Amino acid sequence: MAKQNKPERDGQERIGVYVCHCGTNIAGVVDVESVAKFAAEDLKDRGVVLARDYTFMCSVAGQELIEQDIHEQQLTRVVVAACSPHLHEKTFRGVCERSGVNPYLSEMASIREHVAWVHTDKAAATAKAKAIVSGTVERVLKNDPLEAIKVPIDAQTLVVGGGIAGIQAALEVAEAGYEVVLVEREASLGGHMAQFDKTFPTLDCAACILTPKMAAAGSHPKIHLFTWSEVEKVEGYVGNYTVTVKKKPRYVDEDICTGCGICVEKCPILVVDDKFEAGIGYRKAIYWPFAQAVPNLPVLDTETCTYYVGGKGGCKACEKFCPTVPNSIKFDQKAERVTLRVGNIILATGWDLFDARRIPQYGYGRLANVFTNLELERMCNAAGPTGGKVVMRDGQSAPKRVAIIHCVGSRDRNYNRHCSAICCMQSLKLAHLVKERTGAEVYNFYIDIRTPGKEYDEFYQRVLDDGVHFVRGKVAEVTDIPFDPAEASRNGSGALYVQVEDTLAGLQRRVPVDMVVLSAGLEPRRDSSEVGKTFGIACSTSGWFIEKHAKMDPIATMTEGVFIAGCAAGPKDIPASVSQGSAAAARVLNYIRQGELALEPVRASVLAEQCSGCRICNGLCPFNAISFIEERKVTEINAALCQGCGTCVAACPAGAIQGTGFSNEQLFAQIEGLLRDFSREPEVV
Amino acid sequence: MKALFYPGCSMQKNARPYLDSLLAIREDIDLELQEIEDWNCCGATEYMSVHRVAAHSLVGRNLALAQDQARDTDVLTAGCSACYLNLAKTDAQMREDARLKVTVNAALAAGGLEYKPGSMKVRHLLDLVCHDIGYEAVKARVVKPLHGLKVAAYYGCQVVRPDYDGHWDNHEHPTSMDKLLAALGAEPVDWALKTQCCGGHMTVIGPDVAFGLIRRLIHGAQEAGADLVVTLCPMCQLNLDAYQVEMNKHFHTDYRVPVLYFTQLMGMAFGKTAKDLGIGKEFVAAAPALAKIQAEAPKVAETKRKRRPKPGDALPMPGME
Amino acid sequence: MASTPGNNRLDHCIQCGSCGGSCPSGPEMDHTPRRLFALIRAGERDTVLRSNAPWYCVSCYYCTVRCPQEIHITDVMYTLKSMAIKAGLFHDAALPDFSETFVDYVEKYGRSFELGIATRFNLRHHPLSLAGMAPMGLGMLKRGRMDLTPHRIDGMAQLTAILEKAKALEGTS
Repeated sequence: MAKQNKPERDGQERIGVYVCHCGTNIAGVVDVESVAKFAAEDLKDRGVVLARDYTFMCSVAGQELIEQDIHEQQLTRVVVAACSPHLHEKTFRGVCERSGVNPYLSEMASIREHVAWVHTDKAAATAKAKAIVSGTVERVLKNDPLEAIKVPIDAQTLVVGGGIAGIQAALEVAEAGYEVVLVEREASLGGHMAQFDKTFPTLDCAACILTPKMAAAGSHPKIHLFTWSEVEKVEGYVGNYTVTVKKKPRYVDEDICTGCGICVEKCPILVVDDKFEAGIGYRKAIYWPFAQAVPNLPVLDTETCTYYVGGKGGCKACEKFCPTVPNSIKFDQKAERVTLRVGNIILATGWDLFDARRIPQYGYGRLANVFTNLELERMCNAAGPTGGKVVMRDGQSAPKRVAIIHCVGSRDRNYNRHCSAICCMQSLKLAHLVKERTGAEVYNFYIDIRTPGKEYDEFYQRVLDDGVHFVRGKVAEVTDIPFDPAEASRNGSGALYVQVEDTLAGLQRRVPVDMVVLSAGLEPRRDSSEVGKTFGIACSTSGWFIEKHAKMDPIATMTEGVFIAGCAAGPKDIPASVSQGSAAAARVLNYIRQGELALEPVRASVLAEQCSGCRICNGLCPFNAISFIEERKVTEINAALCQGCGTCVAACPAGAIQGTGFSNEQLFAQIEGLLRDFSREPEVV
Repeated sequence: MKALFYPGCSMQKNARPYLDSLLAIREDIDLELQEIEDWNCCGATEYMSVHRVAAHSLVGRNLALAQDQARDTDVLTAGCSACYLNLAKTDAQMREDARLKVTVNAALAAGGLEYKPGSMKVRHLLDLVCHDIGYEAVKARVVKPLHGLKVAAYYGCQVVRPDYDGHWDNHEHPTSMDKLLAALGAEPVDWALKTQCCGGHMTVIGPDVAFGLIRRLIHGAQEAGADLVVTLCPMCQLNLDAYQVEMNKHFHTDYRVPVLYFTQLMGMAFGKTAKDLGIGKEFVAAAPALAKIQAEAPKVAETKRKRRPKPGDALPMPGME
Repeated sequence: MASTPGNNRLDHCIQCGSCGGSCPSGPEMDHTPRRLFALIRAGERDTVLRSNAPWYCVSCYYCTVRCPQEIHITDVMYTLKSMAIKAGLFHDAALPDFSETFVDYVEKYGRSFELGIATRFNLRHHPLSLAGMAPMGLGMLKRGRMDLTPHRIDGMAQLTAILEKAKALEGTS
């Protein structure tokens, strides 16, 4: 901690006031020299010993001015009249700290956002700036020399979500030598990427590039994997979270099961797999999502297994054929709860597919040969339900004409306003794969072709080389009803008609095809707001998690210690998700390496003697920082959880809660300073 | 249920059967209709093509009269889709657009009237029957269920679109009238053209366009196995019925798909006579189709037990819940 | 254009073509709705007002509910029609004449009068088709579905006053 300057010379404070020009931002409206002169002369009686004006206070030269003055003039407090504290409060606090003045004895007066940027009358603006400086001087006199609150950081990290972003984050932290708990809701790691066939633009096989990372995460000694599990409760604060993980029952003993797969083979119940196979394939009642599942532990589905459904005690084939001793099948297994301590949390919970049934005019669900992009991925996948063959809903015939419709459920105020970022590329990729496997005529219907990434537009050129047809028009409807007998006889029964305006040609067309693929967009997880609440972070109106700053800090959130990575924060492609996973890991490793975190001391605290125990404040805290101590019948505030919002301070009828850094004393002093009558000039506030 | 009633010009004569059948069944469904005194034409789709403020004022007079004449109800209903849409649109736009409200009321003031937007709740007749009176109440009054009658429910455009206040489940594939027909004992067919346009006034100003649309609808209903088409709008009924004959001449076809109003079918199920319901006034006679009504409900085919899927089988379809 | 209620937001059109693709009359229009909006933004007033597109609009509202930018397309079509009439610009005089004939009857009687409208319109524009329409006309009469004379409402004076005032206020809101 920097040593403090003691007030010299008759126990008086020595305040330095600095008025910034900010180029012409402030100086163009406010007479900055006059404000500095005012501070030096009219506020002398309040302790101002010097006042300067300078073009850019935040520059190195500007900062050095203050440092020099602190040393040479023994300043005890500093007021910088410039932009909003949001921008440079830290800067000037840093200057003070380096020079030996407690950083909380520095205040900023916003004469840019509050004066120069909102007024045009120069005389009035200057007068207002003076009043604000006067108020800030009075306030800074009441500031206490606060100390940052240090919290220790637990070295274990929680990663929620076992898709590509979560796996990357977990591996990075584990490789650095720290423990990671990786919690995944489904039975296996892999996320949506495991469902894809090939990835753009390289056409790498998705599973081939993903499974090595999955295997690494599954076997890393520092990664503790909880699949088929969910985080139920999160308590605590940055560096010190207590997390309750609910392990859903698999009905298979994970310590005994060897993953041999005989139970899956012998199970007689076939169920439509609407999760991994996107509804076009089957699985058994006891299953693992796909062959390369990590861990390779099956899961029993109690909604279809005959042991639980049908009331006849079940076939128990899995149990009968299980070779392990003791038997791995445990029909009575219960959910288990595990409590963990972690220091930081990374949320990488991914996305859900837009439900194409919401657009009835595209016929999904009603017309047999209308598919979604995810269904096509499963179809193209060699390990999928059709062995990699692109076929129509009858499971056999290959289509001769295929339509791929872009922007289904995206860029549309009727559904989702956002662009889903990856579906143009996915549509191009599917066009290529379909063409390659069937030789069909492929038509892509688009509004724009969005290919912003590396080698992406080159991939578009490749698809053009393939001979795929592109029609610029947002499809109006897909129907199986021909417009008239002539159209019917031209195309035979079973044809689907894509009705669209070909905007480049300027005419309405009905394009006959055999199969339609809808490029459904990405949406936030259906339960994203509940998940957000569990972790104490917010979702935007569209439902994606909100980052701390959209441009400058996309990994952190407004809650210290909780980070976001991957599509949970917004649609993005695989390279971006992987990068964000690494970025989140880097931030976490930063904290872990420091071992402790310094938190802003601007918090609320309760004066126990004045607390009457009315508990009005208890339910108000948005950060759950307030608790009631029964034995002493007083309320207490957890300084680390408190974010200094001030709600409880305002609510307390006894005035027993004070907001450090925003005490009544400070605020009233500021008001006094603002309203002080300097007679010679008109007072404008 | 009580409601102010705006009959509209079509219901007076060319869609007289719609009005007659509505009046015939209203007691059965406990629907008390108070006709607006001295209502004027709503302007259909024509008046607004020439004037805007005047078009809204034309409709505004009806809204104002309804508001003033309303006794213990704030519901205003119309059977014709265009009338309904005009009333709903004027009310909705006067609510949303403050300037329009002021201007229209200034015009109405010249006639000593004023309308407070939102004071009447404009609802289409089918909406009242399905959502306020309810399917159960309708079913309870059925004495001659329409067993064996396959019907294509045709909603047309202007009732389900743009749907200012969200009364319908779907702009493209609504189900309310289908459910109503099922409640009457009939079998609504599964067809995708329920809300495709009948051509509107194109029968007069652009017959080629209209005939193409009409044929598609009639052919589609037939292909779907319907014995008749049921509609809720006089314009649609005129186009699909009277102009079906013209369409046949144009294409040298011989379609004979009768088109009735849903109120007529309700009346039949409630045991009213064909004469009461205006059946017989359609160009394509409905009697042969109606003769298909059976006394007994048709047997429901046994659902086959699902066998285990084999390789080469069809891929499962997405569920539609 | 901006006076079309619902804040027509034509500036937001991304030219996706949903409207042109959905339109039942689309194939017969000289310019699809989408192209019409591009022409409006390009300032091609004459071309736009002479287009047959707004007149072929059947008010099915498919375009309005499907537009991803929530533009009130059908309402824009109505505005274009009244602008075309005021400017005296149209592709085929028959098209606006039908609407104007309708308007005349409503302003005279307070109710529409199909026989009058159809007869007047066809006499003026398609006199030969009247013969072809006779069977249908007779069919309507036979079935009691057509009036031979128009009805007049009682409050005609009131309605007239309202409409006159409204027309005077046109263009002020």
